[in-house]
Order: sequence, then structure tokens, then C-alpha cells
Amino acid sequence: MADEQKSGLDAVDEGPIGSDAHEATEPAFSGDPSEHPSVAALLERFGDEVQGHRVAAGDQWVAWLAPERSHEILEWLKNDPDHAYDMMSDVTGIDYGAGRPVEVVYQMFSTVHRRALRLRCPLPLDAMEIDSVCDLWKSADWLEREVFDLFGVTFKGHPDLRRILMPDDYAEGHPLRKDFPLRGRFSRAEQTRRALEQDVERFYLVDDLQAGAPQEMSASPVGAITDGEAEATPAQAGEDD
Amino acid sequence: MATKTVEFNVGQSREMGVGGAGASSPLAPFDIPEPKLGSEQMLINIGPQHPATHGVLRLVCELDGETVTSVVPHIGYLHSSFEKLGEYRTWNQIVPLTDRMDYLAPLIYNCAYVMSVEKLMGIEVTERCKIVRVILMELDRIFGHLLWLGTTAIDVGAFTPFLYSFQQREKIYSLHEALTGARITTSATRVGGMMADLPEGWLEQLLEFLDNFPKTLEEVHHLLTGNQIHIGRTQGVGVISAADAINYGFTGPNLRATGVPYDVRKDRPYYDYETYDFEVPVGEHGDCYDRYLCRMEEMEQSVSIIRQAMARLPDGPINVDDPNISLPSKTDAMSDMESMIHHFKLITDGIPAPEGDCYMAIEASKGELGMYVVAEEGGTKPVRWRVRPPSFVNLSVIPKLAEGHMVSDLIMINASLDIVLGEIDR
Repeated sequence: MADEQKSGLDAVDEGPIGSDAHEATEPAFSGDPSEHPSVAALLERFGDEVQGHRVAAGDQWVAWLAPERSHEILEWLKNDPDHAYDMMSDVTGIDYGAGRPVEVVYQMFSTVHRRALRLRCPLPLDAMEIDSVCDLWKSADWLEREVFDLFGVTFKGHPDLRRILMPDDYAEGHPLRKDFPLRGRFSRAEQTRRALEQDVERFYLVDDLQAGAPQEMSASPVGAITDGEAEATPAQAGEDD
Repeated sequence: MATKTVEFNVGQSREMGVGGAGASSPLAPFDIPEPKLGSEQMLINIGPQHPATHGVLRLVCELDGETVTSVVPHIGYLHSSFEKLGEYRTWNQIVPLTDRMDYLAPLIYNCAYVMSVEKLMGIEVTERCKIVRVILMELDRIFGHLLWLGTTAIDVGAFTPFLYSFQQREKIYSLHEALTGARITTSATRVGGMMADLPEGWLEQLLEFLDNFPKTLEEVHHLLTGNQIHIGRTQGVGVISAADAINYGFTGPNLRATGVPYDVRKDRPYYDYETYDFEVPVGEHGDCYDRYLCRMEEMEQSVSIIRQAMARLPDGPINVDDPNISLPSKTDAMSDMESMIHHFKLITDGIPAPEGDCYMAIEASKGELGMYVVAEEGGTKPVRWRVRPPSFVNLSVIPKLAEGHMVSDLIMINASLDIVLGEIDR
């Protein structure tokens, strides 16, 4: 098989480079918070929840928050007239790998005060849950779905939390996590075989078309994958044939 | 002249009582009693392969007769995992991935990405580079809007504007080709500068385009702006209020059509946009027609910005003078030992970044384009490269906009949002 041959591309299957080499750095308190009214107010009001803050890239203020009360803090930032972050520009995630927490990042902008703020909530890998802010900003709807899809973060209270970019029946995990290999969990041949085995018609059955209903996968002949562990390796799958 | 026509028509339409989904169409000013027809719920699947979805977008619609009761968009058919790929590439190797996202305005994406990386690394690009990038970004704003104009007009049955706009797009294609060698996948920028300086005669070619282009715009104005069919299909269709638009994350011309003057170029200026003299057109009704007017006016403003930028374009180097960032010239790399070492180090290792993150928002043709890069100390590859695609958030509003409209209006609403699936699915 082609596995015997080593090529320069083999390195890409060993996970992203660079992440593992560094120790997790605790968010520190740097910069003068009085420069940014919202950061100063956050420290005053929710001092225990703020885990750190700093100025990134010259003029961008970042604050780290504990995830437990994030919804309450974000709600306050949106509704308090002194801050009025009415625009949730972006919700995304960061996975540094090497067992470090996955962070959920909020990019907020206030059209009233013309001020931007970035909040980062680190989630430990064994409790990847955070409250959804979909009830505050409707724009968070799809953005949170994407973070759920690609990072596996569960947003509590989200009205319609299902995969958005990957197929609904995708069973191989969350692709933007560092433990997910760049080329997927299976060989290209196995991926093609699985794709060909799918019933194309089912995407157009009336039952499946129902608005909002996630498309359930019928029992697959190839073992589905749980917890990111490949149960059917390409070699075994080949023997089944 | 063109703007006068615009105001006249907007005023006229208001007299006719347009302004909501239930308003009567200017084509049927009399009260025609609705025939009582029995209808039943049905499910209609539009796409993913359908010309009216402007890409591989799938809309599952629940209909009551011909009225849309709910729409569920399904995306991801074009998912190429660009953000994951970026984690395995050095800073400069990511540039070719960026123009494959919004292939209708690729240079904006090229510029936005390197601007974010430069901001993260604290690199100050040369004055000439800044102004060249402003020219390219405004040129591609026109490029993107022209495609929107042509395809949207076709969706409501006007074929001629499509031909006019694609004729002009072809000229921008030629400008792309002269500058980068490619028509769509431009990859024109590098961290710290550009792939190459402007070629000889390029500015003259651009000037010729700028001279002729406003005539086309005027022709399209004549064809569409006062056209009763166009007005009937767009006014009062897909209305959203200003507060809702902000809450739903609308940006770009879609948001400005509701009356919110939010433009990243004005509100969070970059590249000295505050020193350029241009206006941000805003609408007042937040419907498809106002989105059309905003984009038409934006193209004229872009022409004005390009002219101002050309007037202040200085001579001088286009790349930063730092051997650890910019590649040496080929002659130097072949003849000078030190340059060769720098060349080798830059190609094999890449540019080391400081620890940190940077979110750079710019005004793309479709709205606020955010490039978020996260790096570790000395990292030559990003830990995370996130693109905040404007169309992604804009498209998520379609269930709200289309509810209660006809199926044919759904097509118009979808077109008026100006989506490109390449950046939605990434």
C-alpha cells in the first residue's frame, strides 16, 4: 500500500506544527484599563469574572472572561447605555491544541460609541459548554452553529444548534480541533467509498426536507465513529468487502 | 443628473403607498379583490444547483399556496476547509487561499488578509503600497457590485444591464490580468507589500476605465432606476428595520439601505480613508430597491476614491525595506550572498510573528470583512486564521426577510443580499 512510501506530505498528518511546543500561558493583566471604558467598567463590576486583559495588535482591547457568567456580562455590555455593544460582529473559536482550553471569541462593536471590544472565554476540554447569546444578538445564530460544528462547543439555549458547514450526518468529529488530522480520519479511498454508499435520494425526501429538521443518517454499513476514535480503519473496511 | 432621477422615483413610490410587504404594487394601483382559492402547505426545494441561488445554496421553502411561510437555507456545499488549511501554511502561503473565498472581489480579500497579519506583526507598509491597495480595493468593490448588478437584474427579468455590467467587468478582468497575471485568483499581496509594483501603462488603462465606466452606470440608471417593473419587483420587498438589521448582523450596503450609516471605512478607518473625500450612501426603507440604490451610488463613490488615490500616488518602494519580511530582488538573490540567505530563510521558514491576536475589519464589497489571526511567539504559521465573511451573516437573515413574501420575491431578496457562496462556505 501507499502507506509504506514516505513523502513530504506525511508531516501534515501529524497535526498542526508549533502548537505543542509552547506551554499554556495564563492570560495576564496588562495595559492600562482606564484607556478603554468598557474594560475598566468590567473590572469594576465583574472583577472576579475577568481573568485578564491586554492590548493586542497596537490598539485592540481583549478581555478574558470566565464562561460561567458570560451571558450575564454580555447582556449587560449590550444593554448598558454607556457601552451599548449593539453589533456582534463575530463569534468564533480558537483551539491551541496540547490540552489547552478551547476559547470562544466574541468580537463586538458599538455603533453608538464607535468602540470595539474582544472577549475570550476559555472552556476546559471536559466542559465545552457556554450560554448562547442568540437571544441578545440574532447574528450569533449561525456564528454559534459554526463554532459548534467546527469546534464542538455546545451553546446552551441555542434555538437550532446543528451542524452548518459539515453535513448533518458527519460523524468524524469537529474539523477545526487540533486533534483532527488535516486530511480527515480516513484515507481518500475510504472517504470516497463512504460518499458513494450514501443514498443521494434521501436528501430530497419530503420527510427530510422538513424545514429545520436535521437529516438523520440511516444505519450506515460502515461503523460510525464515536468520540473521535476510528473504529473502522481503512484496512479493516477493505477486508469487509 | 442620475441622483435626481433617483430621488424623484423614491418620492413617487412613496405616494403610491409602498413601504411594507402588504403594500399594493405600483403596477396594480386599483383594489383588485383577492380571489378565494384553496391552498395547501407544500415543501419546495430550491437548489443547490440552481441559477437563481447565485451559487451552491439550497433553500428549503415551506409554502402556503405561493406565499413563503418559512425558509431554511442549507449551506456547506462549497466547504473547502480554508481555515484549517491555513493552519498548515506560512503567512504568505495563505494569500492564494483568500482570493478563492470571494472570487467576485478577490483583491479585497488579498488586501484584508495581509493587513491583518501586518497589524499583528506591527509592520508599517510604505505609503505607495497603502495607496495602491486602496486603489485595488475600490476597483474590486466596483467589480463585485457589477456582478451583483448584472445577475440581480437578470433575476427580475432585465437582461440588458447584465450585458452592460459584464462588459465593464471584462475591463477590470484585464486590469487584474495586467497586474497579477490572473483574472480571478489574483494573489496580488504579500506580507509587507505587493507581489509586484504596478506594471507600466497600468494606471493609464485604469484611467481609461474610469472615464468610460460612469457612462455605463448612467445607462443602467436609465434602464432600471425608474423602470416600473423593476420598482414593482423591488420596492417594499424584503424590508428590515434599522434596529433589526444591526441585531441580525447586517453590514455593508444591506445595512446602509436601512438608514444606518455604518461603514468600516468611516467608523474604524484604515489606510487613511478618513482623508479621502467620499460619501456613504444610505437608504431609508431597507428594501431591495434601496439596496440597489446604495450599491449604484457606492460605485460612483469608488470611482471618486480611485481618482483621489491616483492623484496622491507617490513614487518609491512598494515593499517594506526589511530583509526579514520582503523577498530580495531576484538579481540580488542570485548575486549577493546575504540576500540569498534571506531569500532562503524567508522561503523555508517564513516570517516569525509575535504572540497575540488581531482582528482587522475592513469594508468589503459585501459588508464588514473581518480577518482574525492568532499566533504564538515566533510562529511562522497561524494557530488560528478566522475569516468573518460578510455574506455568511447577511444570508442568515433570509428566513426573516422572505417570510410572507411570494416565491418570486424570495429570489429577488436572495439576489439583493449579494451573497457569494465561496466565502460563506469557505
